Amino acid sequence: MYELFKDLGAWLVSGDQWTGPDGIGHRLVEHLQYSLLATLVAAAIALPVGLLIGHTGRGAFVAINLASFGRALPTVGLVVLVFLASGLSMWPVYIALVALAVPSIVTNTYAGMTAVDPEVRDAARGQGMRAHQVLLQVELPLALPLIMTGLRLALIQVVATATIAAYVSFGGLGRYVFDGLAQRDLVQVLGGAVLVAVVAVVLDLALAGLQRALFRHRPSPQA
Amino acid sequence: MTVDWSWIRDHTDDLTTLTLAHLQAALSAVALGLLISLPLAVVAHRIRPLRGLLLGLSNVLFTIPSIAVFVLLLPVSGLTRTTTVIGLTIYTLVVLLRNTVEGLDSVPAKTKEAAKAMGTRPLRTLLTVELPLALPVIMAGVRIATVMSISLVSVATYIGDGGLGQLFTDGFQRNFPTPVIVGVVLTLLLALVADALLVTLQYVLTPWTRRRRSA
Repeated sequence: MYELFKDLGAWLVSGDQWTGPDGIGHRLVEHLQYSLLATLVAAAIALPVGLLIGHTGRGAFVAINLASFGRALPTVGLVVLVFLASGLSMWPVYIALVALAVPSIVTNTYAGMTAVDPEVRDAARGQGMRAHQVLLQVELPLALPLIMTGLRLALIQVVATATIAAYVSFGGLGRYVFDGLAQRDLVQVLGGAVLVAVVAVVLDLALAGLQRALFRHRPSPQA
Repeated sequence: MTVDWSWIRDHTDDLTTLTLAHLQAALSAVALGLLISLPLAVVAHRIRPLRGLLLGLSNVLFTIPSIAVFVLLLPVSGLTRTTTVIGLTIYTLVVLLRNTVEGLDSVPAKTKEAAKAMGTRPLRTLLTVELPLALPVIMAGVRIATVMSISLVSVATYIGDGGLGQLFTDGFQRNFPTPVIVGVVLTLLLALVADALLVTLQYVLTPWTRRRRSA
């Protein structure tokens, strides 16, 4: 066990390991690119949907069931399925990652919107605000902490799952995990896993920090 | 992308075996998760300083990608079913712990005081008053943990034991979509059925919540 950790440490700090097209630096950039792009696309789809459902109160059934459907969908199967349907391209990975992230964002956005005190909403309307003003100036700011929670959750899931890109022969940090498994090289497998875990934790902490900086004056409903 | 129905007919035995293995891994994880999180939740609920620590710790564990958890367990438990179950258990912990603590928090203080005033001992109060009243929130956690575990078992296929997840590898390697489609559908069905059963169980276990809802 001790030897393993020593080898792992050596693998992680070795200079050659960090440079070149197979290097950790390049794989890290790929991993971040997959994760951030997928999360952004998912947010662009899910935020308007969640806001609309929360604002109108219509389609709540969809928002609630989407969450458990998203949790139940086996991502590996989804990646392989889209891969077999579309052939060798990054599409399957992006489609699967977006599909994975959308439910968390929609349901948390919806939850944030329903948590807005109805009296506040009525007061805004009573002051003569139009529907879009109520939505953007009252409901959205009040729902933001929960929306951020949804985005954080989605990003973690996406970073974790972006590992699968390597399974269908693309890059990212999953490369080390799958190459290592194929070559029976446990140190490489563990190295990849540690790096993915570190990226996930660091990104989550960064978003948590951003959330705290943005909402310093408001208590977070979900500490 | 068409489904080859004859493949399904020829492989019903394999599919049954894989489904049962899949279910067994997921349910063992939830059961273990409950066994670990219940006492921890009671501790977190009663001893305030430990609360943030325990919940924070489980949150960090949840952040670690599932494939990384499975892989990091390899030196400990090898390419075995144990690795799958431990990995999944770690994942159930965050949901189960958080919901159980929240459930215990939701029990009104007056109810607990009433039990105390009647001379009920703390342990008995916990078992006969607090836990039953917390059950709806705890069950919500159990439902999420179960559905999540059923979906996550297939990730363990990379370390050789993923229940229905093996169908994904099989289909991928042979460029044959049928097993993949079957695997996805069976996983979704399994999650759906398990969730429905848990809702029924909760309905049976908490008769008082029914009355409140109909009122």
